[in-house]
Amino acid sequence: MNESSRLFAEAFRDPALAQCLLRSIERRATRPMRLMEVCGTHTMAIFRHGIRALLPSNLTLLSGPGCPVCVTDTQEIDAFIALSQREDVIVATFGDLIRVPGSYTSLQKESAEGADVRVVYSAMDAVQLARERPDKTVVFLGVGFETTAPTIAAAVLAAREMGLANFCVYSAHKTVPAALSALMANPAVKIDGFLLPGHVSVIIGLNAYRDFFQAHGIPCVVGGFEPLDILQAVDLLVAQIDAGTPALANGYPRAVTADGNQRARAVLAQVFTACDARWRGLGPIPGSGLAIRPELARYDAAQRFQIAVVEMPPPKGCACGEILIGARTPPQCPLFRKRCTPMDPVGPCMVSSEGTCAAYYRYHDANGTG
Amino acid sequence: MCLAIPSRIVQIEGSDATIDVAGVQRRTSLMLLEDAQVGDYVIVHAGFAIQKLDAQAALETLALLREAAAAADKDVPS
Ligand code: SF4
Repeated sequence: MNESSRLFAEAFRDPALAQCLLRSIERRATRPMRLMEVCGTHTMAIFRHGIRALLPSNLTLLSGPGCPVCVTDTQEIDAFIALSQREDVIVATFGDLIRVPGSYTSLQKESAEGADVRVVYSAMDAVQLARERPDKTVVFLGVGFETTAPTIAAAVLAAREMGLANFCVYSAHKTVPAALSALMANPAVKIDGFLLPGHVSVIIGLNAYRDFFQAHGIPCVVGGFEPLDILQAVDLLVAQIDAGTPALANGYPRAVTADGNQRARAVLAQVFTACDARWRGLGPIPGSGLAIRPELARYDAAQRFQIAVVEMPPPKGCACGEILIGARTPPQCPLFRKRCTPMDPVGPCMVSSEGTCAAYYRYHDANGTG
Repeated sequence: MCLAIPSRIVQIEGSDATIDVAGVQRRTSLMLLEDAQVGDYVIVHAGFAIQKLDAQAALETLALLREAAAAADKDVPS
């Protein structure tokens, strides 16, 4: 490990500084405060570092709609499955998605029945697959927030450059600031401050939250993923709440700038345009999705294959919808650990490695707290 | 899907790079990054480098935290 690597990671795990931040948080958390993180990687980092157990009992950390697979609506999952059932299609996807149950089946079950479903690490792997298989159309399942969408846009542009006619994307991407506004509008949601997602913010920049912040005047802090990053962001939020002075603050300046990654934003805008989208837990949110631009329609699987899916209710008894807005925690779901486990998941929040139910399943007992 | 571990660029070939992630070498695309250089530390997501980490900003954050710690508690080494 050289000096820079220490500076970017280990330095942000210093136990003495963590103790100081914890004392400061304790001093300022004079009344009950509810903070929400909106990033699956934060959810996992908070559990992995055992941070919940260290915070004063006044402070509640809620996990919001921050796991892209979890917020993907059943209808979209059914559309993915319908695509996989076509003889002329190879479905390429990130791994988390294949075990998510749709209304009747999952991509994994379809794959066992003979559907061609490939797990890839990068959207570029799917482009490569399309090159190798001119006899089939490779459909990449575009699931993710602003962090992921530019990588998929780059793959579309690469496919166009190569003149590949057998690559397309089924876009179910979603954008974070729109979801924050929808959360605030939901009467079941009670939040005193937002821990904003680090890597989404790397792309969109701090300014992308400006309108949301001005409309709601709620404390907002962008945080990184090391223990000190998370504690510092919590400390800043608690200080704002305590003093009654909400602000939009950047607690992760080594990665997040005011305007984000402009190159990535330009690539995203070249391929995608805002559209309405349905979120599991939040329902339809205007302008919160990303559709492929009309001029790139040949790369749009939704245009190429007119997939008709019927609106279906979410899995019976699954509380994912309420968990995604912080209205319930996984132990409050009657199926948690009983009928629903990572080995046999009922809802997406138990499937994804970033899902709140999966995080509770893995760490809840070890931490001894909720 | 997010790799929160900083990765170092060890070699650049066109729009691709070889990166070192905690001792393991991997390939990543540089298509989403402006002027990447060998030696830069980057955040990698789904096969793409999406940001260069800023050493100056990291030092400033740590300095702030140490200052606050020193002010709050003289026993804590800064
Ligand atoms: S424990 Fe399972 S059934 Fe309950 S909310 Fe989570 S994913 Fe859904």
